[in-house]
Amino acid sequence: MYSGFLAGLGVQNWTYILVGITFTIYIGISIWARAGSTKEFYVAGGGVSPLANGMATAADWMSAASFISMAGIISFAGYDGAVYLMGWTGGYVLLALLLAPYLRKFGKFTVPDFIGDRYYSNTARSVGVFCALIVSFTYVAGQMRGVGLVFSRFLEVDINTGVIIGMIIVLFYAVLGGMKGITYTQVAQYCVLIFAFMVPAIFISIQMTGNPIPQLGFGSQLADGSGTYLLDKLDGLSTDLGFAEYTEGSKSMIDVFAITLALMVGTAGLPHVIVRFFTVKRVKDARKSAGLALLLIVILYTAAPAVSVFARTNMIETVSNQPYANMPEWFTKWETTGLIVFNDKNNDGIIQYVADESKNELIVDNDIMVLANPEIAKLPDWVIALVAAGALAAALSTAAGLLLVISASVSHDLIKKMIKPDISEKGELIAARLAAVVAVCVAGYFGINPPGFVAATVALAFGLAAASFFPAIILGIFYKKMNKEGAIAGMVVGIFSMLFYMTKFKFGWFGGGTKADWWFDISPEGFGTVAMVINFVVSVVIMKFTPEPPEYVQEIVENIRIPSGAGDATH
Amino acid sequence: MTDKDRAKAYWKENIKYVLLLLFIWFIVSFGAGIIFKDALNTVRLGGFKLGFWFAQQGSMYVFVVLIFVYVRLMNKLDKKYGYDV
Repeated sequence: MYSGFLAGLGVQNWTYILVGITFTIYIGISIWARAGSTKEFYVAGGGVSPLANGMATAADWMSAASFISMAGIISFAGYDGAVYLMGWTGGYVLLALLLAPYLRKFGKFTVPDFIGDRYYSNTARSVGVFCALIVSFTYVAGQMRGVGLVFSRFLEVDINTGVIIGMIIVLFYAVLGGMKGITYTQVAQYCVLIFAFMVPAIFISIQMTGNPIPQLGFGSQLADGSGTYLLDKLDGLSTDLGFAEYTEGSKSMIDVFAITLALMVGTAGLPHVIVRFFTVKRVKDARKSAGLALLLIVILYTAAPAVSVFARTNMIETVSNQPYANMPEWFTKWETTGLIVFNDKNNDGIIQYVADESKNELIVDNDIMVLANPEIAKLPDWVIALVAAGALAAALSTAAGLLLVISASVSHDLIKKMIKPDISEKGELIAARLAAVVAVCVAGYFGINPPGFVAATVALAFGLAAASFFPAIILGIFYKKMNKEGAIAGMVVGIFSMLFYMTKFKFGWFGGGTKADWWFDISPEGFGTVAMVINFVVSVVIMKFTPEPPEYVQEIVENIRIPSGAGDATH
Repeated sequence: MTDKDRAKAYWKENIKYVLLLLFIWFIVSFGAGIIFKDALNTVRLGGFKLGFWFAQQGSMYVFVVLIFVYVRLMNKLDKKYGYDV
């Protein structure tokens, strides 16, 4: 099927070629679309079409976690993995119905801008800046780590060199292009990442079930003519090895409920997602582009659980009860990275992969399920290389979006709005670029020296957004009488209850605690839901005992509810 | 109708749409995918147990449809109240 030349290229050369081509495209776009004004730097000039914004939002949203880790996590969690699928898509319904149109009408550059103006207070604005920075930094560190991981595995440089290469690329197009450069680069990155995710998924779906659509394939019968459904087979394999049935899961219902809601609400409260809706021209475009963004995201998100099932079945069949000496090449390659660990406890030379910890001999990291999947299924080299290019697109696009939120928070919300209001347009643009440079360096530092709590803090980012921004913005739009005292108290109490619960159960502060001590059986990942409710309650109670907001603020609220006359975003 | 009444009537209809769509949003995800999952799992859709399918596929398709329905309803509503300019 392949000519001798193409077949002889090998995974490594294919990776150099595909990564080289895609990076050249990203840099070319950012030179063409560089930002000349603060308006172009913060909101891409405000004239992005709904489709382009939808694609950019989708790329911005789907990070290394969505591309690399999610399918892997689901393949070990089974049904419970639905918390990520529903949680990270359902938030867009909230965005489209409750937030995006009104924030676009409001017409500002950043989320703290809305908080500060709607609640007529620089204290509220500072709380907003604080939350935006915490959320974005914890997120971006994980992205840089993802870039390093992919480089190190596929280009065989060490992780730190990989992180530095990633930093230089992001620095180049985020600093030069601002939001305008990022938007159009993300459009290209969406195309790369969705192609890279779907091609292997389609290949494997045909291999295993004969159905080319992965979303249908994982509910189909096996291609071996046995008439067995794939999911039934996997349920059987799982219970044979002592695991829970794949389609049943093991978390408590209330915890699944709480985590899903926290992720949905957190998604709708994340500044780097919200800010994308400031870039379109009209209110109706904001609604439409939220729909397009979700459609483009759902293509990957509905394929991911199929990939999880394919990968899990393939893996169990390849390794379980097989002699270690017979393992294929990919097994030993991933062993050298430490992402597969085999410990022959009973010295029989055979791999026992079972649920019982004392007898299990194999540990497989979540992250390799997507990256190794094409190798496990013996797909051609170019497909394996494509996955590397897709993972880099996913990580870089999200990192760039986050860096922009950080730089805008510093140059616009802190410097222009609070410290030095008389700064010139040119000065603010320079400040924004400098802030982006500093942010990239800090993110790179965390990528090279990842704090041990990175995994925990990504969940914390959602919890924080759910506990702080979401209630403040919703009340700001839907409750005209909500005043600054209520909103500030709600955000502060919400964030700190979230921080308290996370640090108590994740890091063992405040006396620590185990699963048995969880409140209402809810894990720290799901506590964002509780903290959000606390925020709402505190806001309303405090409001009842404090003065009404001034008349002009109530008029602003009435005005943002009407879609017509949405001017350009202004300072 | 004064401008204020017009704005109020528009807002009221908007809220009605939002509540209706969010109700469906809740039913397909938290309802079918989580609370009633075990009951729905007794029904099968090809190789899928129905509750599992809602949790890992169906709810997401419905989310997309809900947003586009809202886009259509609101574009119509904007026109009706003359807010589409």
